[in-house]
Amino acid sequence: MDELLAVLLAAAGGVAGGLVGVGGGVLFVPALSIFLGLTQVEAESTSLLMIVLVALVGAYRQNSYGNLNLRDALTIGILSPLGVLIGVVIANNVSEQVLRTCFAALALFFAYQLLRRAWRSPDQAGQGRREAE
Amino acid sequence: MPTERTLKLAAIGTVAGIFSGLFGVGGGTVIVPLLILWFGYGERLATGTSLAAIVIIGTLGAIAQGGIYGNVHVETGLLLSIPAIGGVVLGTAIQQRISQRAVSFIFAALLIAIAIELVIP
Repeated sequence: MDELLAVLLAAAGGVAGGLVGVGGGVLFVPALSIFLGLTQVEAESTSLLMIVLVALVGAYRQNSYGNLNLRDALTIGILSPLGVLIGVVIANNVSEQVLRTCFAALALFFAYQLLRRAWRSPDQAGQGRREAE
Repeated sequence: MPTERTLKLAAIGTVAGIFSGLFGVGGGTVIVPLLILWFGYGERLATGTSLAAIVIIGTLGAIAQGGIYGNVHVETGLLLSIPAIGGVVLGTAIQQRISQRAVSFIFAALLIAIAIELVIP
């Protein structure tokens, strides 16, 4: 039963990843820790492996739909380790409560901006196509 | 001399890395909105490009964690990746059939859920 729930959560994480372009780790970590008994650290590390595979297949599919700018993706990805180091330094010097509140505020700000933009813009439905470049 | 565009992409990469380091998320939650709001990307292009960036960010993170600490359960991860990969193929296929606005609405809902989860201990 637990295995089945883990499989369902993993599939749901994959669907979410494909729909909105995130890795799906939000669902993979509980699938691994709650239902398969991994520790939190093991679950987060193993989830990273799954995220890479899922994102790889997702990016491949999106590329075939014409929705991938590889050059921009490479620039973002290659420069991210700098941010990881900064993140570790910040984490060691700022309380977790402050960090959580700041990230929550940022998430809400993004949500507001996306909603405002989507509300105003006329829509083009249909097959995926490269829109901005 | 790097262009303004490259500098903005570098900023997105850095911010995504910061959140990966802080919260263990892949960074997609900040990459997608920044590509849409800052670069005027359409939602589909933003999510596709975000997934490709996550491959690189996640690979670097997994190498660090798997190589140094040995916390990755490879067999479990590979087995559970099978339904997850099925899910992502389905998710990307669904995304091509709904409007780009709908993707923004779903993403906004996800961000609000994350915000709530962050402030409720």
